[in-house]
Amino acid sequence: MTTSTTQRPPFRSIGHGMQRLEVIEKVTGRAHYTHHVKLPGMLHAKIVRSHVAHGRLNAIHVDEAKAIGGVVAVVTGQDIQQVIPNPYFGPAFHDQPILALDKVRYVGEPIAVVLAESASIAEEAAGYVYAEIDELPAVFNEVEAMTSSTYVHESLRPAGTFADLKHLNGIKNTNVALAFQLKKGDTDQAFASAAHVFDDTFTSQQVMHAPLEPMISLADVGPREVSIWTASQSPSFVRMEIARLLGWRENQVKVLTGYLGGGFGAKLYIKLEALAVALSLVAGRPVRVALTMAEQFYTITRHATTFRIQTAVDASGKITGRRCDVVWNGGAYADIGPRVTQKSGFTAPGPYSIENVDITSTAVYTNLPPAGAFRGFGIPQLVWAYESQADIIARKLGMDPIAFRLQNALSDGKEHATGTMMKDAAIPLVLNRLSEKFDWPQTQSSQEGRYRRGKGMGVGIKACVAPTTSVAIVTIAADGSCSVQTNTVDMGQGSDTVMAMIVAEVLGVSAAEVNVMPPNTEATPYDMATLGSRSTFHMGHAVRLAAEDALKKLKAMAAEVGVEPVEPGHFREVFLKRYGMQAGTIIGSGTYMPTYQSPDKGTGQSADITPNWMIGGCAMEVEVDTWTGMYTILRMENVVDCGTPMNPKVVDTQISGAAIMQLGTVTLEQMEFDEQGQLRNAGLSEYKIPGIQDIPQHLGREAVDAYQENGPFGAKGLGESAAFGVASALAAAIEDAVGVRIKDLPIRPQKIWEALQTMNERKG
Amino acid sequence: MSAVYNEIDFVLNGRTQHQRVDSRENAVDVLNQCGLKGTRESCGQGLCGCCTIYVEGKPVSGCLYPAWKLKGKDVTTVEALSSGSRIDVVQQAFIDAGAFQCGFCTSGFVLMTKKLLSEHPDPSREQIEHYLAGNLCRCGAYPEIIAAVRLAAERLAANKGEQ
Repeated sequence: MTTSTTQRPPFRSIGHGMQRLEVIEKVTGRAHYTHHVKLPGMLHAKIVRSHVAHGRLNAIHVDEAKAIGGVVAVVTGQDIQQVIPNPYFGPAFHDQPILALDKVRYVGEPIAVVLAESASIAEEAAGYVYAEIDELPAVFNEVEAMTSSTYVHESLRPAGTFADLKHLNGIKNTNVALAFQLKKGDTDQAFASAAHVFDDTFTSQQVMHAPLEPMISLADVGPREVSIWTASQSPSFVRMEIARLLGWRENQVKVLTGYLGGGFGAKLYIKLEALAVALSLVAGRPVRVALTMAEQFYTITRHATTFRIQTAVDASGKITGRRCDVVWNGGAYADIGPRVTQKSGFTAPGPYSIENVDITSTAVYTNLPPAGAFRGFGIPQLVWAYESQADIIARKLGMDPIAFRLQNALSDGKEHATGTMMKDAAIPLVLNRLSEKFDWPQTQSSQEGRYRRGKGMGVGIKACVAPTTSVAIVTIAADGSCSVQTNTVDMGQGSDTVMAMIVAEVLGVSAAEVNVMPPNTEATPYDMATLGSRSTFHMGHAVRLAAEDALKKLKAMAAEVGVEPVEPGHFREVFLKRYGMQAGTIIGSGTYMPTYQSPDKGTGQSADITPNWMIGGCAMEVEVDTWTGMYTILRMENVVDCGTPMNPKVVDTQISGAAIMQLGTVTLEQMEFDEQGQLRNAGLSEYKIPGIQDIPQHLGREAVDAYQENGPFGAKGLGESAAFGVASALAAAIEDAVGVRIKDLPIRPQKIWEALQTMNERKG
Repeated sequence: MSAVYNEIDFVLNGRTQHQRVDSRENAVDVLNQCGLKGTRESCGQGLCGCCTIYVEGKPVSGCLYPAWKLKGKDVTTVEALSSGSRIDVVQQAFIDAGAFQCGFCTSGFVLMTKKLLSEHPDPSREQIEHYLAGNLCRCGAYPEIIAAVRLAAERLAANKGEQ
């Protein structure tokens, strides 16, 4: 096994595999999702969408739809402006109208809503709403959008939430929402003196999260408060944004979530909530807005990217300089794209120690459905490029791909391109474990005959989005039973269970008996959001602090009444003695925000860019049919550094789950648009996601023995790490087998076959 | 264009159910109206298996099954597999193997696994893949699902041996 890097104290609860708290509900069909919320008198909404990618919205004809029995109202952007005068929302830019106003900016943009007594009536009537739209030229490709004279927005509207975006306010005649720059050393000098120079461009395609529970929000606006039931990963943000839109106080906005049927970044920040609230305001009744699977594709997606990467290497195989130019296709509305551009952009040079680095990472608007956060927050697109090129370099220099990476690895104590010193980033350990588990040195390629075999690997690094805050409350009831209140949303990643384990660890109670309250902003305190693998680290700390605070208060009360020591299982006696009966509640609270230093505007330098680094690597063996380009992944190994694996049972599933989801985006998935910007394949019949027959026969997974010193109990996040290395591992293995390099995702057999034809023609 | 309503009787998990249904509603809508939460609509195209139910003992996609066609039929949902604290051997195997994350697809996988094991008590990997090909899990818990199927098969075989 591995060399132990850790000096972990013995844990009572942490690190012992535990079943999720909600297993019985989930296998018996009793788990509660937002889908099941029914409100007395509620109306059903059906969204009418733009059929034009870019155009002036002249008129919307609603009379025919209104006349249909059971239709209560047909609502347009103008109606919404009557109740919310400035109806623009978004986490980074306030650029997205609740319903289109003067312009439409992508096919599928919401332009009107039918409200009816039943969902089927609303759906039927939506077909009778007709919009007059004057078409404008549209721009779809991210590189073209950089220089196009077709502008998606008249001017930029940063939200003001982020200090570093404020300077963009009011800028006109551009599609560039944000350009992040990082400069370190002298790249010109590095390239001038390089023994080898590499220059490659890699692209990734637009894909969709496709959570199986389609997005859904319900709202009920009363005279003094609004209640919102929503399948959201960020109840605190929804509360703040709705309060801002209405001009109300935060404490007048109540946001509740149930279990989420998957999220993956699709249900972040604010999606349908503003529309549901606006519709309830207009109609004076509760409103349910439930999307179909197909409609999700018009709501949020993952950025398509074009990444040109140039690398200078010396004669010994050391990377001496790297230029990264990444362009992110943000679609028509910014969503969180500008954050992805910066927070992930600075990792574009990869997990390598490089003295001279120059990064430009640019978010652009286009006339496509908006792009935002998607499992990995941009990292998978970056790793795809830098690890594909790492393989190209190693191959050219005749070096073993793992040896090349180990030689250049950003090991602890080295300086990242941002200037932050690396710490607790087990890059070499992940590479070595991957090599051992895969049996890398002994795995030989076979380049003869019709079916050929090859191997490939990739490793990626992610910084934790910072600085962000989490708050938790832990209570002890008079019978000694414990509860935890947080706004962390359990969407399948097992966060409820981990938070219960942390309470159990601190208080010595049974984790299975800790009650975890589902988010309800009336009672659950602030949390930035459930995203970017931040909950275990941030909320884990907050829950730990809250539990410690509760324990301190319990001990003080025990001392007061002379019950000592306080033993788990005997908390009740303290309350009995203090109050003379089973009465009282102890309330502990905890707040966590890590240290952080904003990157310098000009150079992107920061001594403290992230509280932790997440590492994920993948190795694959494939067999390629040279006649058809069809390929089979024979083996896949996935290794991550997540510090202490808090709940090993769930850690394993998160590793393979992330790898399988990523495999879908690498091999199968692609949103396909025609020249008008019409999406051809919204919905699962034309957009195939991985099924049980699509996974490799052998799929290995491991969390290395590592410890995150500043993490709660040595832990850090993990939900995304196994997504990082998948794409480049496959492309490398295919080149190893048949000698062709695919640089554009997804990797489909047709591309391999065409590349083989081209190669053979050249040879012939 | 007004809706056509039908009064239907059908047997739901062993009990007769009387329901007024809209001609445009599907089986998932009706089951939800009956207060059941385990059958869920996701893709709406009969591809993901989240809405799997048995009609007359055969698995069907509830999202493609018109509600009025349930008239006179025998319908079984995931809720029939448990009562009180007693759960089915397949459900227990899904728990023990950790065969789900968000849980939205689980009802369908449990019902199809039950069907598979009733027809192939010792299934091959190919049989498992064939029976579960119509169920999607976006969380990617497939390795655990395969393990859960095998675990349930082993336990069923052991139980049979004891009897």
